[in-house]
Amino acid sequence: MSLLEVRDLSVTFTRSGQQPVRAVDGVSFDVAAGQSVGIVGESGSGKSVTSLAVMGLLPSRGVTVGGTVTLDGNELTSMDQRDLRDVRGRDVAMIFQDPMTSLNPVVTVGRQLTEVLTRHAGLGKGEAKAEAEQLLRRVGIPDPVRRLGEYPHQLSGGMRQRVMIAIAIACRPKLLIADEPTTALDVTIQAQILDLLRMLVAESGCGMIMITHDLGVVAGLCDDVHVMYSGRIVESAGTKDLFARPSHPYTDGLLQSIPRIDDDDPADLLHTIPGSARDTVPWDRGCAFQPRCERAVAECLSGPPPVAELGTPIVPHPVRCVRPVGEDVILHEGNVAR
Amino acid sequence: MSLLEVRDLEVHFPIKAGTLFQRTVGAVKAVDGVDLDIEAGTTFGLVGESGCGKSTLGRAVMRLIEPTKGSVKLDGQDILSLSERRMRAVRRQFQMVFQDPMASLDPRQSVESLLTEPLRAHKFPGGSAGHAKRVRELLDVVGLPESVVNRYPHEFSGGQRQRLGIARALALNPALIIADEPVSALDVSIQAQVINLLKELQERFSLTYVVIAHDLAVVRHISKTVAVMYLGGIVEQAPSADLYRQPLHPYTKALMSAVPVPDPNVEETRSRILLQGDLPSPANPPAGCRFHTRCPWKQASRCDTERPTLRELPLVAPGHKVACHYAEDILAGKITPHEVKPEEVELTPAAEGPGSIEATEAHVAGGLTPGGPPGAR
Repeated sequence: MSLLEVRDLSVTFTRSGQQPVRAVDGVSFDVAAGQSVGIVGESGSGKSVTSLAVMGLLPSRGVTVGGTVTLDGNELTSMDQRDLRDVRGRDVAMIFQDPMTSLNPVVTVGRQLTEVLTRHAGLGKGEAKAEAEQLLRRVGIPDPVRRLGEYPHQLSGGMRQRVMIAIAIACRPKLLIADEPTTALDVTIQAQILDLLRMLVAESGCGMIMITHDLGVVAGLCDDVHVMYSGRIVESAGTKDLFARPSHPYTDGLLQSIPRIDDDDPADLLHTIPGSARDTVPWDRGCAFQPRCERAVAECLSGPPPVAELGTPIVPHPVRCVRPVGEDVILHEGNVAR
Repeated sequence: MSLLEVRDLEVHFPIKAGTLFQRTVGAVKAVDGVDLDIEAGTTFGLVGESGCGKSTLGRAVMRLIEPTKGSVKLDGQDILSLSERRMRAVRRQFQMVFQDPMASLDPRQSVESLLTEPLRAHKFPGGSAGHAKRVRELLDVVGLPESVVNRYPHEFSGGQRQRLGIARALALNPALIIADEPVSALDVSIQAQVINLLKELQERFSLTYVVIAHDLAVVRHISKTVAVMYLGGIVEQAPSADLYRQPLHPYTKALMSAVPVPDPNVEETRSRILLQGDLPSPANPPAGCRFHTRCPWKQASRCDTERPTLRELPLVAPGHKVACHYAEDILAGKITPHEVKPEEVELTPAAEGPGSIEATEAHVAGGLTPGGPPGAR
C-alpha cells in the first residue's frame, strides 16, 4: 500500500455573485515511502491548491473539497481540525516557496524550531534545544548555536530555506510536501537545497511531493511525474519515461520550448506553445488545452477527453488526450483501453 | 566601433552611520571596475546571481543610478558628463525592459496612454495623429491586436503585459535596449514566445540588446557574447558558444553545473560542482579574487592577495576573457579541485560588528531602484 493515496481530489472555489472556479478537478495519485513525486504545471494549473488540499490547509469558507486523501491508512479529508493539526507537522510537513514569508520575522530561529519539537514530539525545553542544534547541523548550517539565537532577517535566502527544511523534518514526517522550494533562490543555492532534499529523502525514507514549474528540477529529483493543466492531471509517468516519450501535446510542447543550457547547436527560434493558459475550454466540454494545441482535431471538443494508457500495467503512462504525440488513431472511450 | 563602451565603471553606495551626524563609514561596492564593449546589432548577455551587481550595472549604464567612477560612451559620446537636460535627449536612444511588467506599467493608464507617454515626452514627430498611428504600429510589431488600445494592464496576461513593456521600449526607435530579467516572471510556455519576439525584433530593427538574467539557458539562447558577474566584477566573458562549451572560471563552471537540465539521463550522469555558502557581503568583499572564499580550485598563493584582471587567453582560447590567475592550469588539469567546507566560507565575510548593518544597507540600496518606467523622469 502506498504511503499517500489521493483519489479524485477536487477543489472548487465559490464566491457570491461569481461563477464557481474548479481549481482542481479529479486528481488522483500515489506517493510511496522513499519516493519523490513531482507535480508540474504552470501558474494556475492547480498544483499548489492540490498540495494545500492534501495538507487540509484550505479555508473552509467558500471552498468545497471533494475526494479522499489517505495517509498511511488514515483518511485526512474526514478528520476534524484538531486531529489534523496533530498530523500536520508530525506526519506531513510542508516547505514553501518563500521562506521569508513563512518564517515568523519577530521570533528567533531557535524558538521556531523548538516550538515544533515541544508541540509535536513532546520534548522538554533542554532536549528540544539540543535537538534543534542537531537539526540545523543536519541541514548544513554552519555554527548552529549562534544561528539559533538569530532572527530570519539575519539569514540569507538559502539559509532561511534550510531553516524551513529543518522545521519540516524536525518530527521525522512520513511525507514532505515541497511547494516550489527553490524558485526564489539562485541556481547555485538551488543546487545546494535540491541536494539536501535528495539526501534527506534517501536517509529518512519519507515520501516527497515536489511541486514545481521547472522540468529540470523534476528531471534531477523525482521518480514519478504528474503534469497538470487547468486543474487536471494530463499525463503521468515515471520520470525517465516522461522525458523520453512525452505524449501529451502540452508536455511535449513544454519540453521543446525550454531553452537548454547543454544545447550546443540551438535553433534560431524556440518552439512555442501559442496563446496563454487563459485560452481554455471547460473540461466537461472538451480538452482544456485544445485552443493552444497543435494536434487539435474536432474530437477534442466532443466531451471530456478519455485517459489513454500508453504504458503497461507495471509501468503505467496514462495520458488524457484523444490524439497523443506519436499516436495516429483518434482515441475515444471505445478504443482507449487496450 | 562599439555602440556602448564602458570603462572602469564603479557604483558604490555609501553606508551611513550615526544618528545626528551622518558620516560615511563604508561603501557597498555593487559594481566595482567593469569594462564593457557592446557591438551594434548584437545581444550581450549579463549573467550572475542576485546581489552580483548585474542590475545595478544595467541601470548605471543608463544613468538611472549615478556611477561613482568610470566612463560610459554611447556611440562615441561620453554620457556621464552630460547635463540632466542633454541627458534626457540622449535617453531616447536607450530604453529598458523590466522584469515585472505589472509593476512597471501604471495600472491606471490605458494602453494608448502608456504608449503615447514616451512619444509625447520626447516630442515624437507627427502630432497626435502621428502618435496614434505609431501606437498601432507598435502594437502590431509586438503581436497585440489594435483593439487593445483602450484596455488596462490588469486585463492582460503576463506574457501580453511583457509585450506591452517591449512595445513601450521600442516607441522611440532606440539603438540600445537593456532588458533586465525580461522573461523570468513568465511561465515556461510564455517565456519562449517573448524570447522569440525579442529575436525577431532585433532582426527587423537591428536592435542592440543587453540582456540581464539569472537563467543561463535563456541567456545562451539569445546572446552573442556573455559575461558572468560575481560580486561586482566580471569574472569571465566570451562568445556564447565558447563560454558554454568550455567555461574557464571556477565560478562559471559551478554556475553552469548547477543549472538543472530537463533530461533525467543527463542529470544522472553529469558532474556537479556544488558551491558552499553564500555570496559574501559586497560591503566587505574578500581581498584578492572575490571568489576565492568559495573556490574549489583556490591556491595558496595569489588568490587571496591579488585581484585577478580580466585577461584574454590568446593561446588556449582566443576571444575568451577570464579573471582567474590559474585559468590555464585549471584548463590543463594541472590543478585539481578540493573540497570546501561551509564553515570556512562562513568565516571569511565580516559577520561581526557592522557586518549586519552593511547587509541591511545593501538591501536598502537595492530597494532604492524600483522598476520605474523608462525615461519617465
